Amino acid sequence: MIKKGTWVIIQKTILAPDQRPDNIPEDTKQTPLVMWVKGFLQEDTALGQPATIKTKMNRTETGTLQEANPPTLVDYGEYVPEITQIGTQAREILFSDI
Amino acid sequence: MSNDTSYNAVMGRKSEILKQATNIDFSQFEMEGIAFDYEKMMASIGYTFDQIKEIQQRQGVGDTPILELRNLTALARKCAKPGYGARIFIKDEGANPTGSFKDRRAVTSVYHAKRLGYKGVVAATSGNYGAAVASQAAALGLGCIIVQECYDSKQVGQPEILEKTRKCEALGAEVIQMTVGPELFYKFLLVLEETGYFSASLYSPYGIAGVETLGVELADQIRSITAKEGKQRDPDAVIVTHAGGGNVTGTTRGLRRRNCNSQVVAVSVNLKGLHMASDEHFNRKSFTTGHTGFGFPFATWPDRSDMPRSAARPLRYMDKYVLVNQGEVFYITELLANLEGLERGPAGNTSLSAAFALAQEMPQDNIIVVQETEYTGAGKHIQPQLSFARKNGLNITFGEPDTEVAGQSIVLPKHPTMIKAREVDLGKMRNSLIRNHLEHGNTTKDRLSKIELDFLAEETNV
Ligand SMILES: Cc1ncc(COP(=O)(O)O)c(C=O)c1O
Repeated sequence: MIKKGTWVIIQKTILAPDQRPDNIPEDTKQTPLVMWVKGFLQEDTALGQPATIKTKMNRTETGTLQEANPPTLVDYGEYVPEITQIGTQAREILFSDI
Repeated sequence: MSNDTSYNAVMGRKSEILKQATNIDFSQFEMEGIAFDYEKMMASIGYTFDQIKEIQQRQGVGDTPILELRNLTALARKCAKPGYGARIFIKDEGANPTGSFKDRRAVTSVYHAKRLGYKGVVAATSGNYGAAVASQAAALGLGCIIVQECYDSKQVGQPEILEKTRKCEALGAEVIQMTVGPELFYKFLLVLEETGYFSASLYSPYGIAGVETLGVELADQIRSITAKEGKQRDPDAVIVTHAGGGNVTGTTRGLRRRNCNSQVVAVSVNLKGLHMASDEHFNRKSFTTGHTGFGFPFATWPDRSDMPRSAARPLRYMDKYVLVNQGEVFYITELLANLEGLERGPAGNTSLSAAFALAQEMPQDNIIVVQETEYTGAGKHIQPQLSFARKNGLNITFGEPDTEVAGQSIVLPKHPTMIKAREVDLGKMRNSLIRNHLEHGNTTKDRLSKIELDFLAEETNV
């Protein structure tokens, strides 16, 4: 159970596949248009259950409770060895006299 | 506010909602059939160039440095035939408050929203513009909601876009994250209607007028640098990363304010074969802006945007349009860091990659200006972007850049001589623009009037 007042993220289907317009690619049309938005949980709610939140701009949104205290997941990824070679070669071309 | 929030009902209220959210009555600019008065629309904002400059300066926007890239110039000269290799300069737009030229674009819109008494601003963007709007809204005490196309249907997002979510939130904005699809516009309209906020569109005349300062500064800076060297001159070419067209439009309008007639070269990353609205293709690209997925459609049909008439009309302004590949841009990004000591974001370096190739076709006394950089950081950097691509099964190799297939491979040039700028046929783009006007515009007659023909001549810059 996630406590009322916790900062959470909810998920909501905005358009089901059959509500999406025809002028979008076939693969996209087979999926729903989904929204995620964060806010403060308005009632104690279990994960995966319908939830109501107040967003940063104090709007009310409803959806399925996905996660409490959603983390920020941006990083520099895994090492890509090719990148290291680029500068080395350029310095050789530029600073050697041949 | 109407209660019917169904897709069709809301889309049907589009004009009313946008009129309310922009305080612009676009019908006043319509002339006849397909034609509208673009300059009248640009003048309607009610701020002079000097006022815009002042508003920007109050917020610390603009007046970014211009740097000469001496080592990249030297490398280009090693690759070029004797006597060739123009001097390459770069305008360090990464020095703006949120790290891109988009601050110039946000500042007037948000200022205007505040003056009109709106309580907040909304923008639909998954790029740098979101952070720019959030930053200005924070500074002026307005609410801010950014609607982002963020994830594929498995809730996987490009590291670059997730970084944008983070940054907008860090600046106090609410971010609504959506899966792929043009119906994001529906949610955008719903939010405008619900909040009564101002639509700080990327394509509004306020936004584009804000970019004009970039062109003006650029002309002034190059003139001042060359005057100090003994002989004042204008840039021979200004190279502009192109997506939705505001960058090309605003920059060139600024250059013209200074009667600077440099050749304007638009550049996009070639994402041929990838469909922008495709769920499966969404994470198979490594660039989220400055690419042909926006560059082509917005050049040939500007009025596809979230404004009834877009203020970004790039075909009026570009003299030449060239394409580069993803691998080339990543490569030049690494060279900018390693050879010039400037770590900047890949998307902004799209034009640098083309400049490196184009400089080699120009004599050494010529000046080529790359018109922007953008910030870099976790998520928005060659390392996480290539790492993400590799995880998605893209083949990353060194080789001949022309062999790159967007969505399948990223080919880093085996040697700097392999970096190219591939010219796009502007004649075809112009034809396509005309076809779009005839198809989508409200013309009923079988012959175009003189006014409509003149309009098309301006639209196509012929
Ligand atoms: C850093 C950067 N450069 C270039 C562009 C392209 O600008 P425009 O969409 O106005 O063509 C964008 C925005 O999409 C950007 O964020």
